[in-house]
Amino acid sequence: MASFDIAMLWAFIIAFAVFMYVVMDGFDLGIGMLFPLFPHKQDRDVMMNTVAPVWDGNETWLVLGGGGLMAAFPLAYAILMPAIYTPIIAMLIGLVFRGVAFEFRWRTQSERNRWDIAFAGGSLVAAMAQGIALGAILQGVAVEGRHYAGGWWDWLTPFSLLTGFAVVAGYGLLGATWLVMKTTGDLRDQAYRLSLWLLVATLVAIVAVSLATPFLQADYWRRWFAWPNILFTAPIPVAVAAITLVLLKSIADKHDYRPFVLSLVLFAITYAGLGVSMYPYIVPQSVTIWQAAAPANSLGFMIYGVAILVPVILAYTAWAYWVFRGKVHADSGGYHS
Amino acid sequence: MFDGLDAITLARLQFSFTMSFHIVFPAFSFGLASYLAVLEALWLWTGREVFINLFNYWLKIFAVAFGMGVVSGIVMSYQFGTNWSVFSDKTGPVIGPLMAYEVLTAFFLEAGFLGVMLFGLERVGHKLHFFATLMVAIGTLISAFWILSANSWMQTPAGFAMNSSGQFVAADWWKVIFNPSFPYRLVHMVLAAYLTTAFVVGGVGAWHLLRNTRLEGARVMFSMAMWMATIVAPIQILAGDQHGLNTLEHQPVKVMAMEGHFQSHPDGAPLILFGIPDQDEAKVKYSIEIPKASSLILKHSLDAPLNGLDTVPRENWPKIGLVFWSFRIMVGIGFLMLGIGLLSLFMRWRGKLYDSKLLHRYALAMGPAGFVAVLAGWVTTEAGRQPFTVYGMLRTIDSASPLDAPAVASSLIAFIVVYFIVFGMGVFYILRLMHQPPHHGEEGPRADIPARAAGITPATQVQG
Repeated sequence: MASFDIAMLWAFIIAFAVFMYVVMDGFDLGIGMLFPLFPHKQDRDVMMNTVAPVWDGNETWLVLGGGGLMAAFPLAYAILMPAIYTPIIAMLIGLVFRGVAFEFRWRTQSERNRWDIAFAGGSLVAAMAQGIALGAILQGVAVEGRHYAGGWWDWLTPFSLLTGFAVVAGYGLLGATWLVMKTTGDLRDQAYRLSLWLLVATLVAIVAVSLATPFLQADYWRRWFAWPNILFTAPIPVAVAAITLVLLKSIADKHDYRPFVLSLVLFAITYAGLGVSMYPYIVPQSVTIWQAAAPANSLGFMIYGVAILVPVILAYTAWAYWVFRGKVHADSGGYHS
Repeated sequence: MFDGLDAITLARLQFSFTMSFHIVFPAFSFGLASYLAVLEALWLWTGREVFINLFNYWLKIFAVAFGMGVVSGIVMSYQFGTNWSVFSDKTGPVIGPLMAYEVLTAFFLEAGFLGVMLFGLERVGHKLHFFATLMVAIGTLISAFWILSANSWMQTPAGFAMNSSGQFVAADWWKVIFNPSFPYRLVHMVLAAYLTTAFVVGGVGAWHLLRNTRLEGARVMFSMAMWMATIVAPIQILAGDQHGLNTLEHQPVKVMAMEGHFQSHPDGAPLILFGIPDQDEAKVKYSIEIPKASSLILKHSLDAPLNGLDTVPRENWPKIGLVFWSFRIMVGIGFLMLGIGLLSLFMRWRGKLYDSKLLHRYALAMGPAGFVAVLAGWVTTEAGRQPFTVYGMLRTIDSASPLDAPAVASSLIAFIVVYFIVFGMGVFYILRLMHQPPHHGEEGPRADIPARAAGITPATQVQG
């Protein structure tokens, strides 16, 4: 039974890594997607500079999520990656354009706008692809034996497109509230306005996805609405509603960091809701956490590393954020004073 | 564009394409991170301005190269699942943890301190900034440790058992990590990365010395690079030789392909310098050979017997021509590197290190040589592992994802187009940065658009 416990623990570790990725690269990608709404070069410079020192660390959680899945749940990795082949490739290519734009943008004057397009387009494609991948996994994939047994367009359904839009809206909200926290003046005012609209869009998307999910599989329906599960699931939509109200008020009252923090909380709650739908499967309706888990000695070998290193990683990541804390201005002096 | 190719061939093309692009950037930024740490240490130690100028000069280039390494690396971490899902399922329990440790011990360390290294000098003070630079450099080393361990395990698998699901599982993690070829491969690759960077630095130094022999920054970087060539190139040849002997012990077929030995030689095998290997006819055409020299190199005895590919079933042969030629390219460049190391030592002794146009042109021409050698060496070892993914245990043909050829072809085309555009522009920007001479008061990345937050205590007050 020991391996059962450690498999569960690893499911939480992977879920944690993916969540860290979603919220941390979420605001980076959100800022990228908001680029077209801020046409002035000076604003864009500031927007990019709010995340330039930390984006690479944020994206590393994606590598931990993917690499960790391969290490801890190789069967799930082997089934899911071919199943969401196209969205994954699209995401990777989006991330290539978005990632290089951080440096390339400053290495050229004449083509800077071209890298602005790469930054915005890459962010949008990556966010959309991640949302589609989420929907494609939730709606279930065809499995035979230890293989994915479907085609390379199976992921494309109205539901996966809906989750794609949901993630785009959610990342946009994270990006806008991050800008509220990190900027000043007109840029910040614009970010407030956008936060409001993006919160509405995110909420609509959450409601739509929540309504659609129980109809995907009978199991999801039972999970959410059967007695006594509903005792545990009912607080989730209630919490979403409550957080939304507080978040709306914090935006209306022009709080500084509160909208961003509350957006993180909103993400955490909806993420927990996804967990309720997924459990105990890692490939929904086909492969459970325990079926996919690597042998206990692989999971045990890595748990030491996680137990020791993740707190250290969180500590120096926090330090890096601390070093670059505070508002970013366009005209606050050079490096060489 | 790729009609008639099956999904596995396309997946192999895709992996080799994305990998070939990727390996260039980490090999460079790996060496460059260490070089930057050395420059900053020298600056802190001596206080000479030239070192901080060079540091900032190369930091700008590092920022661009590192970014490209990151994004092309993320692609690699998903290639295993997208195109090689059966391989991932079967080997995930063994090499997955090695890669997970790479992320935990190396990638986060690099990424966590990169921001401070690039933009934080004035915020955190000199000592803490140097610490950040060191952490990035150490992170690249740790990264090389784990990924080469995983790669070496595919070449010389050890310490494993099979479970009932047909997966490789670890029986002894120590033997998995320190598998037989790993120490040799690690040393060989680390030295290769250092040499690659040294030759880029030397090439840039030479480029500016050819225009102005008095330029201090160019002199310093050129001299440092030439010391590396003089000292490290011979060590690398020795390390490569030892790596080859290790390969002979554990992967003799690869060495047969490298040497072009189709036939067995019971009393001394010739060293084939050049020739055209013909896989179908199982012979090397038009070969130029030194009798018995191969036995001398590999067995340290003129008459030592060496088996040839005639002792190996054909279905276990790699592509002989590819391994044969890539090996010769790598070795050839190695000796050209040794040559520049000796020539520069001679010029240094004669006091003409900064004035010899011959040496500078030679160094300039050798600027990209390290990349070619790294790629050629990589092809030698990886193509030489075929037709297996886990040597002798799991065939490549049994490793691929159950995908339709059009899916793999489409993604391959997408990667080719995107990589050539994106990384082509990146290389252009790097060359443009290199074209500028290092100068007095050199600024770091993003000096034109500062990112300083309001209300921050100036670093100088925190640390002297």
